[in-house]
Amino acid sequence: MVTSDVSLKQLERTARKLRRHIVKMLAIAGSGHPGGSLSAIDILTALFFGNVMRYNPQNPRWEDRDRFILSKGHAVPALYAVLAEAGFIPEEWLWQLRKIDTPMQGHPSVKDLPAVEASTGSLGQGLSIGLGMALAARIDGKPYRVYVMIGDGESEEGQVWEAAMAASHFHAGNLTAILDYNHYQLDGAIGEIMSIEPVVSKWEAFGWAVREIDGHDMKQILDALHWARETREQPSIIVAHTVKGKGVSFMEGNNEFHGKAPTQSELEQALAELAD
Amino acid sequence: MARPLGEATREAYGKALAELGRENPNIVVLDGDLSKSTMTKYFAQEFPGRFFNVGIAEANMVGVAAGLAAAGKVAFASSFACFVMCKGFDQLRLAVAYSDNNVKIVGTHGGISIGEDGVSQMGHEDIGLALSLPGFVVMVPADGAQTRAAVRAAAEHIGPVYIRVGRPKAPIVYENGCPDFQIGKAIMLRDGRDVTLIANGLMVAAALDAAEMLEQDGVSARVLDMHTVRPLDEEAVEKAARETGAIVVAEEHLLHTGLASQVAMAVARLHPVPMRYVGLTQYAESGAPDALMRKYGLTGENIAREALEIVRSRASSVV
Ligand SMILES: Cc1ncc(C[n+]2csc(CCOP(=O)(O)OP(=O)(O)O)c2C)c(N)n1
Ligand SMILES: [Mg+2]
Repeated sequence: MVTSDVSLKQLERTARKLRRHIVKMLAIAGSGHPGGSLSAIDILTALFFGNVMRYNPQNPRWEDRDRFILSKGHAVPALYAVLAEAGFIPEEWLWQLRKIDTPMQGHPSVKDLPAVEASTGSLGQGLSIGLGMALAARIDGKPYRVYVMIGDGESEEGQVWEAAMAASHFHAGNLTAILDYNHYQLDGAIGEIMSIEPVVSKWEAFGWAVREIDGHDMKQILDALHWARETREQPSIIVAHTVKGKGVSFMEGNNEFHGKAPTQSELEQALAELAD
Repeated sequence: MARPLGEATREAYGKALAELGRENPNIVVLDGDLSKSTMTKYFAQEFPGRFFNVGIAEANMVGVAAGLAAAGKVAFASSFACFVMCKGFDQLRLAVAYSDNNVKIVGTHGGISIGEDGVSQMGHEDIGLALSLPGFVVMVPADGAQTRAAVRAAAEHIGPVYIRVGRPKAPIVYENGCPDFQIGKAIMLRDGRDVTLIANGLMVAAALDAAEMLEQDGVSARVLDMHTVRPLDEEAVEKAARETGAIVVAEEHLLHTGLASQVAMAVARLHPVPMRYVGLTQYAESGAPDALMRKYGLTGENIAREALEIVRSRASSVV
């Protein structure tokens, strides 16, 4: 269970520690996606350690748990980092990321880790799965909420909007999406490859309650997550403006680090910048 | 025995596409936010007016390609093999295969040799999906030189084509290019009497390695590069069955829907002989490419072992 008295400072400290884990596990793996992991980690930290989600590391499949789906599955280092911090997996496992004969798959895999809620990595699928879980909660009279993080590039997939339409049609008030709006996809800037604007009015038009925040401001993140928990009549989305590679100077806004692991010397510099 | 590594087949694809673009103004190219990985970036840099990056939207990409083709263009569309085939499948079925539109799908990062990214990004079933669509020519080139030839042949062929290429550098099979390349015509890389090894993609180099190992054991193996899975070169398959009496098929794909099943159907109909298969039977996992190829049995050693067993069991049954 999560602790009740958490200060913003503590959360920011945890996020910094998890950033160190992210760059370290990627450097050891020698491949993977730093940019989108670092843009997402403040939000994941708030979700798991900011008294938002209810879960039980001793019983990852506890029926009443809140669910979190990382639809932008390539940011799995961020997910593994919070799962280790929460006690779902041992910290040593982080250094096995992407290695053969381990459960630490390069994208989230339900078959390999019980704490993973959905296998993702083919972009666009998570919100539909989350909607299914949210509808099941309603049928079963369960109190849980489903959180799904999607990417801005990922939002170009048609399935995201099919899920968006269905979620409001079915009044899935227990479904919350979080858009990691870091303004880059694989080939370049979102605005140049395929614009998703005006994104707030799109979600509003699809019947969702929308709140825009700075996705690196812990107070704004927590406020928005608590707002989402209180939003029960319609699905809610937090449009989080973020910086790809946030926290490591040479990765920030540098899309080269979308899918490239840091070298040993880059790791050392990153760890120095992220020191407590 | 290790063959020198040449360019990745996806790299050869990207270069070939740019070359074709210079020769033929009618060629257009689409990608789904992976142009730096599929290597359509070379075409994009040279011909921005004929390149469309549709974003992460593979179904839309295939549909738009079909429209471009219907309006007279030769449309190449690329993403990872799994994404374009799986996400674009209904569009490939109705707007491309059933409509016989002149669309060329090139799926990169086929097979498990992509390595660390893991199953969600690997093409395990892309060839099977392409084969399930009537009218699709399906090719899996072995190295860079053959990829260039296959891409060129695809552009000349009128009708739907699927080409699967890979991520890693590919061992060189064709040192002097592949000038005699013809869709549907297998290439005999080595003649032999006792068994035929039929392979495509990265498994061609592995089959050549296997043939060398078998030679040490006194077994003479024929090696057929079956770069085209459909139309299958049935003549070469029948000849192999008649003349060598045993066949091993090797592919970096699920066996039940790929080259192995196509060859098995032909052998069963034309000239039944004992067969063995080297390929995938399940989803793989994350890991270093070479380690994965070993763990999932996609090696020359494994092909040689299967061939040896089949040849020995035939010898003992004759006695
Ligand atoms: C269906 C699908 N198409 C393509 C890819 C390859 N791919 C992996 S990450 C990525 C870009 C994702 O951009 P975004 O959603 O903005 O993620 P972030 O910026 O947070 O890393 C692409 C195209 C994929 N994983 N799935
Ligand atoms: Mg992004």
